[in-house]
Parts: sequence; C-alpha cells; structure tokens
Amino acid sequence: MSAPQPYVGLALHAVVSLAIALGMVGVAAWMRYRAKRPPQVRYETYECGEEPFGTARARIPVGFYLIALLFLLFDVEAAFLFPWVRELGNLGILAFWEMVIFLGILLLGWFYALRKGDLRWIR
Amino acid sequence: MILQTGVRIGVVFGVLITIVAYMTLAERKVSAWMQDRYGPNRVGPRGLLQPFADVLKLLLKEDITPRHVDRWLYTLAPAMIVIFALTAFSVIPFHPSFVIADIPVAVLFLLAAASMDTYGLILAGWASHSKYPLLGGLRSAAQVISYELPVALSFASVVVLTGSFSLLDIQDFQHRYVWLLIPNILGFVIHLVAAFAETNRAPFDLPEAESELVGGYHTEYASMRWALFFLGEYLNMAVAASVITVLYLGGWYGPFQPGFWWFFLKVAAILFLYLWVRFTFPRFRYDQLMNLCWKVLIPLGLVNLIWVTALRLWLF
Repeated sequence: MSAPQPYVGLALHAVVSLAIALGMVGVAAWMRYRAKRPPQVRYETYECGEEPFGTARARIPVGFYLIALLFLLFDVEAAFLFPWVRELGNLGILAFWEMVIFLGILLLGWFYALRKGDLRWIR
Repeated sequence: MILQTGVRIGVVFGVLITIVAYMTLAERKVSAWMQDRYGPNRVGPRGLLQPFADVLKLLLKEDITPRHVDRWLYTLAPAMIVIFALTAFSVIPFHPSFVIADIPVAVLFLLAAASMDTYGLILAGWASHSKYPLLGGLRSAAQVISYELPVALSFASVVVLTGSFSLLDIQDFQHRYVWLLIPNILGFVIHLVAAFAETNRAPFDLPEAESELVGGYHTEYASMRWALFFLGEYLNMAVAASVITVLYLGGWYGPFQPGFWWFFLKVAAILFLYLWVRFTFPRFRYDQLMNLCWKVLIPLGLVNLIWVTALRLWLF
C-alpha cells in the first residue's frame, strides 16, 4: 500500500496552479490600461463589422448533440477497458477473448451509428 | 518532505513558463525561416527578449469586457484552461529522482486533466454570448471530446504492454525491454495525431479558424485574458509532448548519458514537429476532421488494442 505522500504533492501542485492562474487574471485586471471616456460601441458584441442583431442563444446543429451521445458511449467503454488492461497479465487468455467479444459488440454499435449516418457531417 | 516538493514545484513552474514564453518566439522564428523571412529581431540580441516585451504589452492593454457577457464565467474560463494544463505536469517524471507526485494512477490522471480543458473552451464560448465564440466553443468541445477517445485507447495499449498505470513503472519497462515506440508504433501514431487535435493546433485548429469564425472561442477577449488562452494552448502542447516522450520514447533514457537532457531533447523535438506541421499542412475541413477521428482513428485504436494484447499474452 502506497503512502499518501504523492497525493500531498499533487494537492500542493494543484493549489499552486490555481494560484498562478487566478493571480495572472488578477494582475491583468490591476495593470490594464483604463480609458478615460471609452466610446460605448466598444462594449458591443463583435460581429465582424455588422450591427449586432439577435441573441447568440440560437438553435445549433444537431450533429454536436449526436457526437456528445456517441462520446458518452465510447467513454464508458474506456472506463470499462482500464481495469481490464491493468490486470491483463494476471487474468490470461480467457480475459483476452472476453474483451475481444466486448470490443466486437462495441464495433457493431459503431457500425450501426455509421450506417444510420450519425457520423456524417454534411446532411 | 513538503518543503522538497514545494521547491520542485517552483522549479517546474519556472522552467515551464520560460519554455512556453520561448515557444512563442520559436514559433515566430521557425515560421519566418520556413518562409524565408527574418522573424522578430528588434527586441534584444536577435529578438531574444521578444517574449518579455509581448507579456508587458499584453498586461498594459485595455481589457474590454463586452456588455452582454456572463461576467463570472467570462473571467473564469481562461484561468481554467491554464489551471488544468499546469496541473497535468504534477505527474510527469522528468527524472526518476525528480517527479512531483508519483501517483499509482498517473495515466488516468493525465486523461482526466486533459479532458477538463474542454470546460474552459466551451465556457469561454458560452459566456461570451456572441455567435462566433459560441460556434468556436461548440466545435472545440466536439473536437476535443472526440479525439479524447483515440488518446484513451493509446493509453490503454501502453498499459496493456507495461501492466501499470504508474509512469515510473512505464519508464522502467522501457529501460528493461525496448522503447514502446517499437511494439506499439500504431498507438504512437494515433496518439501523435490525436495530440495535435486535442491541443487545437494546425492542421486541426478548427475552433479558431480565423477565415470563418473570426477568432473562435476567444473572439470577445482582449489583453491578458486573451493571452491566457494561448498560454493554455502552449502549456497543453508541452503536456502532450511530455506525455508522448514518457509513454513511447523512453523518457530520460538515451544512449550516452541518461538524464534530464534526453527528456528535454525529445520534448523539444516533438514541439518542433508541431511547428513544422503547422507551417507545412493546410487546415482540415470540419467534416474531414470528424471523419478522421470517428472513421479512422477509433477503429484503428481498437484494432491496435487487440494487437498489443495478443503481443503481451503470447510474447512476454
């Protein structure tokens, strides 16, 4: 059983990272140039020289949603994979064939998504 | 013990910030040489002080917060990218006697830290409350989570061969047998390509494709908060290069004098590859990018996993 020591280092490192990142934002907010009377148009939403119109909370392409769903599927697969790959040396041949079957079923799911056109971006 | 760790963290951050600062200069210089120009050569001898001038300039610029943004998330998003990029370095073994946190699940930790970066990008796009940043943020989120899967499969193939999640054990394995580049060449190539996409670098820099999205997720940002996005991007490149070095190229081991030198040499070589590719290849189209991931890299990754498993069971 390993000592908690490495995790103390990890926590310390994470805290220092946090401090550095927030510190940079803070220093930037403190040192920035302050315009005396800035023109109000400066605070408009940027739309490439056009007058801004409408809201940005518009409908977005459904492809992004499908990708998120597929990602969930395959990420859960990865979560299942990792304990298996770690213990493979101790488990032997049977575990190998079991995982081949598991990956085969997943590839079948991937093939289904492909045939349904979920992976096609031009629709 | 705490003190020693603290000193190490200080050294790592000092070296990192210097490397990142000079990466920006190297990028401009290398691109200049590839295009038959001089590049920046006015600040200091041969332009060597250029990064400091850039940082000062960015700090002193007017920092505009547009009226329609979600203030909290808008300020937090660039910091988040930097935080998670910096945190990933805690588990990288630069040398057997110089690793900040040798945790037994380092591989999983790296995967987690890499995926947390998505939050910074998508929050920046969402909080800007503007059309271009939102599209850029969505694109980058879809791109980064998609390419996380090939990376996860490559990590898995490395763990299959070495049987450990600890990066020090993986180094030992490569020292005793062979660099994992040799038996796991397919995993290495998949990881390298996916690393380019995960760090939003050319030829996969779709989230900030300036010809169609203005600036992508950082369109509404100015001054130092804008620069933090790029700090995060360069830090992520350094993380990706270090991870590839540790997992496939044998880390600090080398033919003559094993040590820090080899580690930094290999990392520098991969970082140079980033620049080389950027100024050699044109940008992909978004559907090509997604096809490459879902129709090529993920099936290849699964096949590679089965291949290395067979190798492990029947060879070692």
